[in-house]
Amino acid sequence: MVIQSIVFYVFSCALLICGVMVISARNPVHSVLWLIAAFFQAAGLFVLMGAEFLAMILVIVYVGAVAVLFLFVVMMLDINFVELRRGVVRYLPIGGLIGLVLVSELVAMVSGWVPAAGALAQLGAPVPPVDQISNTRALGQLIYTQYFYLFQTAGMILLVAMIGAIVLTLRSREGVRRQNVPAQLARRREDVVAVRKVPTRGGV
Amino acid sequence: MDIGLGHYLTVAAILFTLGVFGIFLNRRNVIIILMSIELMLLAVNINLVAFSVHLGDLVGQIFAMFILTVAAAEAAIGLAILVVYFRNRGSIAVEDINMMKG
Repeated sequence: MVIQSIVFYVFSCALLICGVMVISARNPVHSVLWLIAAFFQAAGLFVLMGAEFLAMILVIVYVGAVAVLFLFVVMMLDINFVELRRGVVRYLPIGGLIGLVLVSELVAMVSGWVPAAGALAQLGAPVPPVDQISNTRALGQLIYTQYFYLFQTAGMILLVAMIGAIVLTLRSREGVRRQNVPAQLARRREDVVAVRKVPTRGGV
Repeated sequence: MDIGLGHYLTVAAILFTLGVFGIFLNRRNVIIILMSIELMLLAVNINLVAFSVHLGDLVGQIFAMFILTVAAAEAAIGLAILVVYFRNRGSIAVEDINMMKG
């Protein structure tokens, strides 16, 4: 239990520090790297809670795909980020005030929360004992049966997002020389080769 | 010293607030705003998983997985829009996004 507490505090403190650095780093590339670190800490917290599958998914999907996408876009766009940071000091008081109010509300709500009477008797899918069925297997048994349509819908959402991103960013540039296969195949010898009689000591 | 639901919820609450604060702090930079949204979604996921483990109900983890899906789709579309916008205007400052005069 003591080790669990220590691990929890280490991971959560690191997570919050990474979160602060994400929003306060001057260089957006550093922001993305701190975001990746934050995802790793959150994955550690998930493992600590016993949700291994989600922890691995978090690392694979977020660190492997989303954060790299962010990194790619940040490095691809040629932006003057110093110019974009203008006005931070102006927004600091109102942002801090709203943040303070929000966090105090949330913590006040969390600290006084108890499950409603009878809520524990209405579980949708009780967690099977860990020594019999692992977390991944239990999730799979639920996703592929009871939540199958939702799972398919999630796949459709990803497909639509992929197509949407491609459609948005695909463009046909002017003045790019590309291979035109039909034109090449339609070339005939008579059209392109001319036999001329060249007079002696004369040009064509 | 026992780590319970409240601890995780508190961490998630602070992380969510950091995300909101980040949006206020970097109001001109769309990329940081998108990253702040990712932070907020991460906080929501921590909440869902914490409740799922605390109550012994797997549905929370399934829901967290779907949130991950939507977050990935949102990031892809958002960044695609950002790239197109930058290509057209040469800037990503939020206050320049006024072509539609909404």
